Amino acid sequence: MSKVSSVAAAVEQIPYGAVLMIGGFMGAGTPPLLIDELVRQGKKNLTVIANDTARPGVGIGKLIDAGLVKKVIASHIGTNPQTQKLMIACELEVDLVPQGTLAERVRAGGSGLGGVLTPTGVGTTAGEGKKTVELNGTTYLVEEAIKADIALISARSADYSGNLRYSLTSRNFNPLMALAAELVIAEPNEIVPIGCIEPDAVVTPHVLVDVIVAKGAEK
Amino acid sequence: MNEKEIIARRVALELKRGDLVNLGIGLPTMVANYLPSDAGISFQSENGIIGMSALPDPGLAGADLTDAGGSPIGALPGACAFDSALSFALIRGGHLDVTVLGGLQVDEEGQLANWMVPGKMVPGMGGAMDLVSGAKRVIVAMTHTAKGAPKIIKKCTLPLTSVRRVDLVVTEMAVIQPTEEGLVLLETAPGVTVDQVIAASEAKLLIPKVPGVMGIAA
Repeated sequence: MSKVSSVAAAVEQIPYGAVLMIGGFMGAGTPPLLIDELVRQGKKNLTVIANDTARPGVGIGKLIDAGLVKKVIASHIGTNPQTQKLMIACELEVDLVPQGTLAERVRAGGSGLGGVLTPTGVGTTAGEGKKTVELNGTTYLVEEAIKADIALISARSADYSGNLRYSLTSRNFNPLMALAAELVIAEPNEIVPIGCIEPDAVVTPHVLVDVIVAKGAEK
Repeated sequence: MNEKEIIARRVALELKRGDLVNLGIGLPTMVANYLPSDAGISFQSENGIIGMSALPDPGLAGADLTDAGGSPIGALPGACAFDSALSFALIRGGHLDVTVLGGLQVDEEGQLANWMVPGKMVPGMGGAMDLVSGAKRVIVAMTHTAKGAPKIIKKCTLPLTSVRRVDLVVTEMAVIQPTEEGLVLLETAPGVTVDQVIAASEAKLLIPKVPGVMGIAA
């Protein structure tokens, strides 16, 4: 069965209130068509796990602007005044996580691990209420693995089987998130025949990708 | 020369050939402007690249090549790109030689607060906690005071970025080295007296017999 879908049909599979992982870093590597379609279909009450919420009108910022998000788990929201405003008004729950810890929690979630031990955040507000472990004289925070219902992935190329390769700094969280969700929807810039991405260049193996969206694809 | 330029030029002298360096957004980014092109220093941007450079030309901006602030950058021959887990493995794993970050407060223990002002500014820590916890050397590049109020203080009142003691603080007035004994005034800027630095700091400073004069990269 073909994994290729229209953007609209792919987003129709996303329920209201879904927990989404969305790739990208300040909009670079965030799938643009999927974001626009989430807004068009008005998918509400989303929980978004992502590095940041970009800026108003950019990437994940569009979901914030449209009031579709009830909770954000991110490392940084400072570039989006709207996210901060909603958080201070208690209309949006924000869980701030150090960036390296967020990356590892996602990776652990997709790798069958219960969590990770990191020295980052020990003795700071990021460590409040968390268990610590002492190993070989160093104190580590126990950071739980994190998973999502659906991951929205941006890639440079996909082949028709779903193998993905990425481009420069738009890779960021995408390959990690492709491991950590029940349903993985990829939005590549191009879809190429199987074999066109050489095995060594594949970063996300096709078995992880469930849906490949294409502009103008039949439903 | 404005105060930010003085700070950036002084920090530039701290970077050595072969270093892998992460520059924070804002003032720290300016440090790269004061290094010769053959300095042999690699810059990492935590969003996933080593070998970043300034955008060679405004027309060459690409959506897939940005810095940690989301601004378009260039890449040097030999640059490499990687995901966020690898990027932070480099940062935490002892592979990053120097991180240069901005600061809101540094205290007598050498602890840094630089990521939030409760009730006013809650941007999130981004990569700052990992960088301060993990880099081999942490340099804080910041103005000495904020609207006249000291930023080098007895005990941080803002939430800490890390409990780790930073290695060096560079301001437009002085270079200060946090040590186990306290904050040592290593250098004063040209035209700035020791008394002026003391007056602009709340923290106790340990004054060597002859503090050096702050160097400034050409």
